[in-house]
Amino acid sequence: MIQADLSVILPEIILALYAMAALLGAVYTGKDKLASAITWSTSGLMVVLALWIGTSGSGSTTAFGGMFVDDGFARFAKVTILLAAAAVLVMGQEYMLRRGMLRFEYPILVALSAVGMMVMVSAGDLMSLYMGLELQSLALYVVASMRRDSVKSTEAGLKYFVLGALSSGLLLYGASLVYGFAGTTKFAGIIDVAQHGEVSVGLLFGLVLLISGLGFKVSAVPFHMWTPDVYEGAPTPVTAFFASAPKVAAMGLFARVMHDAFGHAISDWSQVVALLSVLSMFLGAVAAIGQRNIKRLMAYSSIAHMGYALMGLAAGTQLGIEAMLVYMAIYVSMNIGTFAFILMLQKDGQPVTDIQALNQYARREPGKALAVLVLLFSLAGVPPMLGFFGKFYVLRAAYEADLAWLAIAGVVASVIGAFYYLRIVYYMYFGEEAEELDRTGSPVLWVFLMGSAAVMVLGIINMFGVDGAAAAAAAALVH
Amino acid sequence: MDNLLSIVTFIPAVAAAVMALLMRGEDEAAQRNAKRLALITTSLTFLVSLGIYTQFDPANTGFQFVEEHDWVFGLKYKMGVDGISVLFVLLTTFVMPLTILASWRVTTRVKEYMIAFLLLETLMLGVFMALDLVLFYMFFEAGLIPMFLIIGIWGGKERIYASFKFFLYTFLGSVLMLVAMVAMYADAGTTDIETLLTHSFSATSFDLLGIHVVGGMQTLMFLAFFASFAVKMPMWPVHTWLPDAHVQAPTAGSVVLAAILLKMGGYGFLRFSLPMFPVGADVMTDLILWMSAIAVVYTSLVAMVQEDMKKLIAYSSVAHMGFVTMGIFAANQQGVDGAIFQMLSHGFISAALFLCVGVIYDRMHTRDINAYGGLVVRMPAYGLVFMFFTMGNVGLPGTSGFVGEFLTLMGTFQKNTWVAAVAASGVIFSAAYALWLYRRVVFGDLIKGSLKTIQDMDARERFIFAPLVVMTILLGVYPSLVTDIISPSTEALIANFNQSLAAADTSAVIQTASH
Repeated sequence: MIQADLSVILPEIILALYAMAALLGAVYTGKDKLASAITWSTSGLMVVLALWIGTSGSGSTTAFGGMFVDDGFARFAKVTILLAAAAVLVMGQEYMLRRGMLRFEYPILVALSAVGMMVMVSAGDLMSLYMGLELQSLALYVVASMRRDSVKSTEAGLKYFVLGALSSGLLLYGASLVYGFAGTTKFAGIIDVAQHGEVSVGLLFGLVLLISGLGFKVSAVPFHMWTPDVYEGAPTPVTAFFASAPKVAAMGLFARVMHDAFGHAISDWSQVVALLSVLSMFLGAVAAIGQRNIKRLMAYSSIAHMGYALMGLAAGTQLGIEAMLVYMAIYVSMNIGTFAFILMLQKDGQPVTDIQALNQYARREPGKALAVLVLLFSLAGVPPMLGFFGKFYVLRAAYEADLAWLAIAGVVASVIGAFYYLRIVYYMYFGEEAEELDRTGSPVLWVFLMGSAAVMVLGIINMFGVDGAAAAAAAALVH
Repeated sequence: MDNLLSIVTFIPAVAAAVMALLMRGEDEAAQRNAKRLALITTSLTFLVSLGIYTQFDPANTGFQFVEEHDWVFGLKYKMGVDGISVLFVLLTTFVMPLTILASWRVTTRVKEYMIAFLLLETLMLGVFMALDLVLFYMFFEAGLIPMFLIIGIWGGKERIYASFKFFLYTFLGSVLMLVAMVAMYADAGTTDIETLLTHSFSATSFDLLGIHVVGGMQTLMFLAFFASFAVKMPMWPVHTWLPDAHVQAPTAGSVVLAAILLKMGGYGFLRFSLPMFPVGADVMTDLILWMSAIAVVYTSLVAMVQEDMKKLIAYSSVAHMGFVTMGIFAANQQGVDGAIFQMLSHGFISAALFLCVGVIYDRMHTRDINAYGGLVVRMPAYGLVFMFFTMGNVGLPGTSGFVGEFLTLMGTFQKNTWVAAVAASGVIFSAAYALWLYRRVVFGDLIKGSLKTIQDMDARERFIFAPLVVMTILLGVYPSLVTDIISPSTEALIANFNQSLAAADTSAVIQTASH
């Protein structure tokens, strides 16, 4: 039996073993010399694993007595996570190298956190959920404070750690209540107890505490406070990583717990998630207006985007999960392009984060500016960019689940949010003369920026089949 | 050809892509090439679109040249034209080469400028041809992006404010329509406009948040669409973005805005609001008719006191669009025919008026009415052209402006006499502001020193005005050219509208409405 179990989690095992081997290798061969090579090989391995998982079988299997689930939903989330992590690793490599920040621990920690994320989206039990979550988080706390000599970076790491510990505490407390009242930690067992209309108060408390903990991980309002500071403080490549793969993993975990463990009590959590969603959309839209720092701005933008993704989750239907997955896939591809652009911004070798520095950018770099324009309108959800389809999808899911008020709130928030994306366009295209930024032309970043913009435009033809894959994934999760 | 509509729609986009990817440099030769390519493309689009006109069968009230392909998650890529939309397509392809020609003197970022206009043309054409809700929405909304850039990059002093106001105002209106579209999709199970036109949405009244909603879902959906189209139109009191956008936009931007973009609102009313939500439209008719009448009178009065020529014409546009909404919601043959006619006619006349302002703005770099006077002395040809279009704007019999105003007033008179009476007084006001503007700019003594050396129109400018003059007269003296094409479709539209109203047990609706 153990052999069958192990074969189910083979991708996770391979990645974990690779990380340990790389660690040993790097330690014995003079530390940071191998950092670049490890970055590339980690990223390559992730792509290979993503292809493997993406093309490997269908159906759903469980391992270790239901602790670990491998189904269509998990596979979709894992492919997204691995590809996003691989892309971000490659993108940040040159930036970190130039600033002497590329330590060999960085790709290894990212690989380990990816293992954690893969366990998260496959969790079938509160224990494996927590294991995956902590593995992911611990690695992230460390990479947030990668720049030990920078006050902001260490502050970001510490803040993230303290608040993360708090949220883990909430989550554990919720998990123990759920265990106490359901008598089991297995999702398959909880779902039998948590039937619609007969959820006990203790279980309800456990559910709410679980949602709070998960809300922290997806940075939904009111558990979002750490996000802007961590985004701003962490080195930009790390920020790019925070904004992509972990968000998908946390969303995937959220959906899995809600549907696998509480799928028969949708009305009990749907309202709570809808509230998180509407608060996130509005706070993300309004708070970003005052931001000058593009990393903080992207932090609020990601809060707003999580609000939209939660709208799909709040629907509590198969269509809702499908919408959420499509939304996350689109969100991640937009964010990779946007952060590739942010990584390019520098003056005299120093990174620039003030959006005013973008004045007249369109004149000096018309090609890149056009790509960024496409990405910004896509982030704002303006058609014909792909970002609009994400919004359309979640709106439809929300409306069909009788959450028309949420859909209306969502579109109103998207108009408010459009303002700050437009303001970046304003600086780039309408702005006055400003000091010129460096004309750095890292080909890797250029490829990611242009590729991401091209995806936003060309994706409207058939969405590259992501919608079909997401539909299959959603069907696997929702009973 | 099976995909004539797609070809017409995407020729400009392809040219824009070619320009963006292949053309390099900012020197004079590159600029000239960009201009030439844009002119050739738009002219070619017009010529190809004539194919639609010649092959169009007016007797057929259904959609013609239909193309259909599956798209993502149950949506369709479906294009087609009927008697209502075909002329808007032609109007667009007709006006675009003229706007490119009017932009010949642009010198800053010419390549981007031409790309923006070419993309805008594709998107505008798509709006009039799309037969899928979401496809329509994509074209409708995407048009904001190039227009935002056109105002923001090549606009006047207050361009930033105007461009943001334009974008956010229209975006807010449209997103509510998006929610209604999602609701329609959920209700009818399809986004195909042809099917939706035959689908009847629930019109059962219900209470929402303590408010009694007469006409139920239909009224709510109507209001959501109304929010979008009323802003686009623009109707009083949500018209305030228009004067700002017009004043700040470059001449060609104003022309496109007035001639085509505003028509999307009217087209939307005819394509969605009236046929799909007849009960909702019926419930709101009186309100809309009065809003239109107020628009006609109020904005005419506002136009009278403007110091800026473009602002004056912008307000006059709002007034003329008031006639259009009045005609549409009169919901009878004369009204709807008149509304479409008025939109087409306004497309020619307002475009020409903005071009007239552009001619002297290019020379003097001011739009202040007080800076001019006595132009006829130095610019006789200009005086003649300006006079002609001023008369068209006033609605002088013999110009196309007259036919539209007359038909809409006649249609409205049958529906609501008082509204027609109030709106008719707007005709007088329009004569007042238009003639007064003309007198202050063109007549009088030429006393301003700066005007002493002003040159009359050159060959290029004359060439731009010629087709507009021809069309204005042609439609004025031979309106059947238009009505023959639109009447069968509008007749079917009105018949369906009345039928659905009768079917929806209007007596009950009207009873509750009168309470």
